[in-house]
Amino acid sequence: MGYTIIEKIIRGHTDEEVRTGEIVWMDLDVRSARDFGGPNVVKNFYREFGDTPVSDRSKTFFTFDLCVPACTLQYADNQQVCRDFARGRGIKVFDVDEGIGSHVLIERGLAAAGSTVVGTDSHMNILGAVGCFGQGMGDVDITFAFKTGKTWFQVPESLKVFVRGEPSSGLSAKDLTLSIVKQLGTKKAALKSVEFYGAAVRNLSISGRITLCSMVTEMAGITGFIPEFKDSVASEIKSLSGEEFNHPHADKDAVYSDNITIDIDGLGPQVAAPFLPTNVKNVGDLGRVKIDSGFIGSCTNGRFEDLKAAARILKGKKVKEGVMLKIVPATRKVYKQLLEEGILKDLFESGAIISNAGCGGCAQGHIGLTGKGEVQISTGNRNFEGKQGKGQNYLASPEVVAASCILGHIAGPEDI
Amino acid sequence: MKSPILMGKIWVLLGEKGRLIEDIDTDQIFHNAFLHITELRQMGQYALGNLGGWKDFPGKTGPGDIIIAGRNFGAGSSRQQAVDCFKSLQTGIIIAPSFGAIYFRNAVNSGFPVMKCSKLVDLIASGLLKTGDEIRVNIRTGEGQNLYRKEALFLEPMNEVQYNLWEVGGLFSYAKKMKQD
Ligand code: SF4
Repeated sequence: MGYTIIEKIIRGHTDEEVRTGEIVWMDLDVRSARDFGGPNVVKNFYREFGDTPVSDRSKTFFTFDLCVPACTLQYADNQQVCRDFARGRGIKVFDVDEGIGSHVLIERGLAAAGSTVVGTDSHMNILGAVGCFGQGMGDVDITFAFKTGKTWFQVPESLKVFVRGEPSSGLSAKDLTLSIVKQLGTKKAALKSVEFYGAAVRNLSISGRITLCSMVTEMAGITGFIPEFKDSVASEIKSLSGEEFNHPHADKDAVYSDNITIDIDGLGPQVAAPFLPTNVKNVGDLGRVKIDSGFIGSCTNGRFEDLKAAARILKGKKVKEGVMLKIVPATRKVYKQLLEEGILKDLFESGAIISNAGCGGCAQGHIGLTGKGEVQISTGNRNFEGKQGKGQNYLASPEVVAASCILGHIAGPEDI
Repeated sequence: MKSPILMGKIWVLLGEKGRLIEDIDTDQIFHNAFLHITELRQMGQYALGNLGGWKDFPGKTGPGDIIIAGRNFGAGSSRQQAVDCFKSLQTGIIIAPSFGAIYFRNAVNSGFPVMKCSKLVDLIASGLLKTGDEIRVNIRTGEGQNLYRKEALFLEPMNEVQYNLWEVGGLFSYAKKMKQD
C-alpha cells in the first residue's frame, strides 16, 4: 500500500509507523509564534521551563504581523515580551516591518518542500503552496514545540481533487479557489489533507498556489498540496530557498478517502457573499450591490502579482468618490517590488490608501474595520459576521475588488 | 501507575428532539465573555453555560461523571478553557462520535480523556444509553460496559501517544519527562 503526500512528509519526520488515523511524534523543521499567541508561548515557557534554552534556536522564530507596528498598548507590551525572550535566547524575530509570517517563511526559504512547520497561525497551511506541511496550533502546542522541536500529530486522511476544464481567459486564482470552496463546502475536505490535480491548478504561479492553499482552512481541511507545477514555479522557488524544488509525490497506490472532480469549465468571476466563505456566486448573478469600501491584501491575496493585477485595472482611473480602497502588501519584499516597478504610484494615484506590510485589513490591526451597515469587498479569506467589524464583507479577487471600487458597486473587470 | 479503568454516571447531551446535539462549539461550552478567567477552580461553573437546555449542568454534575456528546464536539475556536472547565468539574471523560480537531488536541495536551465511539447514535436510539446510567470504560482497550443495563460498549481505543500524555498528566509534564530520560 502506497503513501499520500502528507503521509510521505510525516514519514520523513518520524521513526514510527505512519498510518491514517494513528498519532505519531513528528520532528519539526521550523516552529514560530506571532504577536498573537507568542506572548502566551513566552508565558507558558517561563512557567514550565524557567530560564532554560529552546531546543534549537536556529529553527525557532517570532513573526510579528497582526498589529504592526503596535496600535494598542497591549500589543506593544506583548511584542516587547517576545523580543525580550528572543534576545535572551538568540532567537530571530521577523519584526513589525517584515510582513505576514507565513509569507516571510516562504520568501526566506524557511518553508522547504517536504518540511514540517508549525506556528500560531490558523492559515499556516499556506505553506502547502511550496510543498511544505504547515500547521497552525495553539500556544500550549507551540510552547512544547519551542522546547522539544517535536509535536504529535494524527495522520489525516487524504482527499484527491481533480480540477477539470478550462476557466475563461484571464480568470484569477481567487475565482478558481472560491469555486472550489463552493463545491467542497466545509464537509468534504474536513480534517483532510487535500491534493489538487488538473491543468488549471498545475498552471498556477506561486502566488496563485498560495491563494488556493490558504483557503483550504475555509474548507475545514488540514492542508492542501498542488504536486504538479510549471518549470517557472520550480525556478522561482529555487531562487527563494537556494535549493532545488522537489515537491513530494504520492505513490500510485496511495489510499484516499475520496476522489472528487470539480468542474470549472467556462468559470467567470466569483464572489463569496456574507457571511460565509462558502456562499459563493457568480459576480453576474449578484444584482447591483453598492459598496462603501474595498480591501486588497491578506495572506490569501497580498502578493506582488495580486497587487499588480489590481493596478492594471486601476491605472489611470479613479476610485469612485465615496468609496475607500485599502491596500496592504503581504510583505516588505512585495512592497519593495511595487515601489521599484512604479506600481505603488499607479495605486496611489487611483486614490487607494496603501499601508505597510502585514495582516492589516484582515486582522483587527490597522487599516481595516468596517462600521455598522458598511459594505466591503475584500480579497481576504473569511467573511464571517463580526470578523472585520460590523459591516458586510464580500470576498473576491484583486481584479474584482479593483473594478468594484472604480464603479462603486460589485462588478467584474470586464465591466470597466 | 494510573488505572485505565474509568467509571461514572453519564450525562447524554440530548437536544429538544431527543437526539444527540451535534457541532457543539466552544462558545456554547465556554462563552467568550469569560475568557479572562485563568483560575481552573472558577471555570467549572461556566461549563456548557451557553448550550440550550444544559445551562444548569455545573450544578447537577459531580466528580467522575461521564459526558456523552454528539458529532464534532468542540468545534470552533482554540480556547483551552473549553477543556479546562470540565477538568475543573472533575469530569471523568467525554465520549463522542468525533471532536473538533483543535479541541481534541487541547484535551490530549492537557491530559484530559476524550474518546470516540461511532455507535453512540444507535445505542441512544435503541434506549441502551441514558442519562443516569453508570458505565465503565477501559481507555486503553476501548472496552466498556453499561453497568446498569448490562450492555457492552466499544470505544475506539486510545492511541499510544494520547494514552501516554494522559498518564503523565499532559504535554508539559511529558516534556519534562523527556528531558529526564
Ligand atoms: S491575513 Fe488574516 S487570515 Fe491571513 S494570517 Fe493574517 S490575520 Fe490570518
